[in-house]
Amino acid sequence: MRPRRFLLPLPLLLLAAPAALAQSPAAPAISSGDNAWMLTSAALVLLMTGPGLALFYGGLVRRKNVLATMMQSFAMMCIVTVLWALFTYSLAFGPGNAFIGGFHYAFLHHVGLAPDPDYSSTIPAQTYMIYQLMFAIITPALICGAFAERMKFSAMCLFLSLWTIVVYSPMAHMVWGKGGFLNAALGGSVPCLDFAGGTVVHITSGVSALVCALYLGKRVGYPKEPAPPHSVVLSFIGACLLWVGWFGFNAGSALAASGLATSAFVNTQFATATAAISWCIAEWIRNGKPSALGAISGAVAGLVAITPASGFVQPMPALIIGAVAGAFCYLMVTLVKSFFGYDDSLDAFGVHGAGGTIGALLTGFFATTVINPIYGPGKPTGAADGNWHQVLNQLVGVAIAWGLAIVGTLILLKLVDMLIGLRVTREQEIEGLDVTQHGEEGYDFGS
Amino acid sequence: MQKIEAVIQPSKLDAVKDALLEVGIEGMTILEARGHGRQKGHTEFYRGREYTVDLLPKIKIEMVVRDEIAEKAIQAIVSSARTGKIGDGKIFVSKIDEAIRIRNDERGPSAL
Repeated sequence: MRPRRFLLPLPLLLLAAPAALAQSPAAPAISSGDNAWMLTSAALVLLMTGPGLALFYGGLVRRKNVLATMMQSFAMMCIVTVLWALFTYSLAFGPGNAFIGGFHYAFLHHVGLAPDPDYSSTIPAQTYMIYQLMFAIITPALICGAFAERMKFSAMCLFLSLWTIVVYSPMAHMVWGKGGFLNAALGGSVPCLDFAGGTVVHITSGVSALVCALYLGKRVGYPKEPAPPHSVVLSFIGACLLWVGWFGFNAGSALAASGLATSAFVNTQFATATAAISWCIAEWIRNGKPSALGAISGAVAGLVAITPASGFVQPMPALIIGAVAGAFCYLMVTLVKSFFGYDDSLDAFGVHGAGGTIGALLTGFFATTVINPIYGPGKPTGAADGNWHQVLNQLVGVAIAWGLAIVGTLILLKLVDMLIGLRVTREQEIEGLDVTQHGEEGYDFGS
Repeated sequence: MQKIEAVIQPSKLDAVKDALLEVGIEGMTILEARGHGRQKGHTEFYRGREYTVDLLPKIKIEMVVRDEIAEKAIQAIVSSARTGKIGDGKIFVSKIDEAIRIRNDERGPSAL
């Protein structure tokens, strides 16, 4: 007798029953437009990591490391998701103190389909949670750019899992969580304007990347042996996916399908364009030719810099922010890096750390109540309205991000190094991570 | 029997193959190679770092021919591959001790 197919899902229903009972019924205040946009934005932000960042970084490394590099992004998509579901969402966005949430939302208790009015009253709490998850995924993935081509896969998984708990969750809580010290929207003590994560995502990851690069040391043969990108084509595709996905990152941070989302969308496009042009001009002057890699790197720098500013500034200042970021990051990546000699392999610090810092500071200057009356109707937002104190607050936010990133990363690197060791052996590094860490080759054109 | 190895510009491959076919040579092995003689390479820039690329793409043609037509083969290659500029390439000739046809174990010049 054939087994009844419809009986198969029954055990799953038993597992789901307790969760269903704990959820509140869907409240009528949910806006279908807002929820549709936010779910779409969440998908766009995930696209930024996979395959956006995976391709962008993958193309920049040597052929023998392409899969290992892409695997790092993919591993974050999987591991951070599980941590988020279990307890890091709670640490970041649950009620707690000014610096960290508690375990109130662990296992997504109290996070159901009813809106959480502190964050958004028109979308289910789980929409907010899943949207924020995508940010939590890409942030550690960005750090991989600093230790590309020389980090053990096991050590990377352990280190970045701990980093999510120790660095990302507190920073996210401080800027965006209930009662957060820097939370401008929810009455934080030192309100810092960070619309989509200039401090939370880019400064923390970029500065942590620098610490990693310094702690792990240079790649074998750096800088004498040339290690040019094995496929700028892949990086190009990845960068374009990042650009489009970033609309979910920035415009989605409006948490609604609103005029503010439009502002953030427009600012994102404008800043990215001028940043790419700015980097290309700098290259044209210095090297005589504008390169494709330079253009896409400039675009990413612009995307990073406009991230904290996207929902606070007017469109014309967005053009300026992009132009400044493009040139500034170009100098960081060429002059500053070669002057100090650190091996930040894929320029995670030069683009994200530096771009995030300059973006966060410029946000204080250009933020205006015309776009975002975050302190109340008619109250000045940034220096553009006369509130110069905001620039100081931005500095505090930037300093906290830098400090948390440096201290947290150093401690975790030391810990993981003692436990299992961070770096592959010299022979493994020369042979390549694809074969030694994953038993695979990225390309096999012979077969 | 003589082995003729010719390193030529990749863009000349079709012309050289056609010229060899015209003098009656049908068997050859083509390899993609990199190299340089007196030809300078070029520099590439990636994120501000300068890389000197001095291994240039080349095509290497190898063939083993009967002594009587070796000179005709060489002339065919030279006339079709020459541009007059540095980078045209070189031809090397060496003696071959034995040639064997795998299909039927035929040996000597008739195996070519």
